Amino acid sequence: MTAITPPARKKIKAGSFSLNRFSTRTQALFHVILLLFSLLCIIPFIFVIIIAFSSEDSIRQIGYSFTPISWSTDAFAYTFKLGNALWRSYLNSFLITIVGTVLSVAMTVLYAYPLYRRDYKYRKFFNFLSFFTMIFGGGLVPTYVICKSVLGLSDNYAALIVPMLFSPFNVIIMRTFLQTTVPPELIEAATIDGSGEYSTLLRIVLPVVKPGIATIALLVSLAYWNEWFLSLLYLNKNMSIMPLQYLLMRMQRNADFLAKNSSMLGADASKAAAQLPSQSLKMALVVFIVIPIACAYPFFQRYVIAGLTIGSVKG
Amino acid sequence: MTLTKAHAGSGLRRMRTSSASRKKAFWLTTMMLPGAVWLLLIRYLPMFGIVIAFKNYRAYRPNTFWNNIIQSEFVGLKNFEFLNSPDTGIMIRNTLGYNLLWIILGLVISVAFAIMMSELSSRFLAKSYQTMMFFPYFLSWVVASYFVLAFLDPTSGMIPFMQKATGQKITNFYHDTTWWPLILTICNLWKNLGYSSVLYLAAITGIDTTQYEAAAVDGASKWQQIWHVTLPGIRPMIVILLIMNIGKIFNADFGLFYNVPQNSGSLYPVTQVVDTYVYRAYANTHNLGMSSAAGFLQSAVGMLCIIGANALVRKIDPESSLF
Repeated sequence: MTAITPPARKKIKAGSFSLNRFSTRTQALFHVILLLFSLLCIIPFIFVIIIAFSSEDSIRQIGYSFTPISWSTDAFAYTFKLGNALWRSYLNSFLITIVGTVLSVAMTVLYAYPLYRRDYKYRKFFNFLSFFTMIFGGGLVPTYVICKSVLGLSDNYAALIVPMLFSPFNVIIMRTFLQTTVPPELIEAATIDGSGEYSTLLRIVLPVVKPGIATIALLVSLAYWNEWFLSLLYLNKNMSIMPLQYLLMRMQRNADFLAKNSSMLGADASKAAAQLPSQSLKMALVVFIVIPIACAYPFFQRYVIAGLTIGSVKG
Repeated sequence: MTLTKAHAGSGLRRMRTSSASRKKAFWLTTMMLPGAVWLLLIRYLPMFGIVIAFKNYRAYRPNTFWNNIIQSEFVGLKNFEFLNSPDTGIMIRNTLGYNLLWIILGLVISVAFAIMMSELSSRFLAKSYQTMMFFPYFLSWVVASYFVLAFLDPTSGMIPFMQKATGQKITNFYHDTTWWPLILTICNLWKNLGYSSVLYLAAITGIDTTQYEAAAVDGASKWQQIWHVTLPGIRPMIVILLIMNIGKIFNADFGLFYNVPQNSGSLYPVTQVVDTYVYRAYANTHNLGMSSAAGFLQSAVGMLCIIGANALVRKIDPESSLF
């Protein structure tokens, strides 16, 4: 390359421009393919929104359709009438997500930070302790039995939070964030200044790894928000603490589940079940559950991508 | 400064540093405790529960878990007899078959998508596609199962209604196994392609652009550049993801196989996989021994797969091995 004079180089660049881009026609083809798949990814959600706003009459006549005969907000009005059961589970979802995320982030950071410290004596041991669980486990049933009968995780909020509190995968993501953003000299300088371990972590390290913490917090809160498996396992009697995901799952198999479990009693309940716009109501609940994700999604996408990219390569 | 003084000084410093390092190790260890306790209770304790797989677990007096385990009769491999039943063959076939198919399809399509996105002139549109494609990844299978229901529901779903409108025979999707291999494949790709495309896109962005310039100088067309620069550039990523997926080949996505087909019994021949089998063995028959045995086999085979896969990675590309 040394022999090329500046003007000649410019010429190659100009010439290579066509070689470094696909022709307009090929690019158009790429656009068509990608656009089709992208639409496929969001159309089901749009369809569900349309169904939630379709009138029960329209659904009876032409089924679920992108172009219903008539529109209605009955389903949403009904969610307010149903009261308790629905809003309670919505609240449960928020509660579980918030508490779980706060605890989980704290545990992850506290576990990942000493692993990042090269001068920590027991680093190898604790690293292995968490890593080994990624490749071997007791399996579903022994874990379930231990959690339920030994640890008392059954029909309580703890059962829906504790089994997911900690993830070796997230520890790896956090440790990688620390390794790439916090230079060891920073820790050394703080130690020489007489800063204790906890105050170094809180005052020096945390402000630097804020993006890493945001990533972990988002991954964890998504996992909690989308959680229904723990409810399936550990909720048997105490249905008042179930999250919305599980409510939805139960409704799929019996449509008047919500009416039966609502605050209305006796004759009122059966009357309510009879008038229930059950089809659009189900879809309205799906909308309720996706809306928080869809709204926050454009903002958190960047962090989650960063975390998952790191996690997949290192984990 | 005399020699003795200096000597004494360094000794003092050494003493101070050793006590400081002990203090440091202590405080750092306290940070590990919450996570370590969780791991011991929720991950390591159940590993001892694996003995259930070799016992006829029943309730004894006093009815506590450990007492029951100790008192229960040791039955050797009796709990593993389920391996002889024809259901087991079907579930293993389903698990391996779907996983293999999806690994190959996922790899080819997501690499293709990543290359297409990286080659678009419009950054804005590329980002928009990425955003839309990644969206399903953040939804749960419960939500996705309602999406599928909207199309397939026998009473008001879109497809049965279209069949009715055109006078065709109405397919009862939740009782007819014909379409499920296709439906499950679409669902899996729909949910995961965005994620894997983004991973490959990140790898493509990491390729040194001067390589493309050099290839262009040599007269390589864009397609040749893809073949000789892009694909070799993302080969490590392809290898890692491929091998990690092979390591997980005996694990299935429970939600996909349980929620999307609505746990419909008549679909089991095409939807039963190891994870749903273990769950149903326990939930339906409360057969602790057998479901533990099945779970244990899955864990053990899974571990062998991961170790084998890792040994392979280490041979091909030591840098990217897991451990």
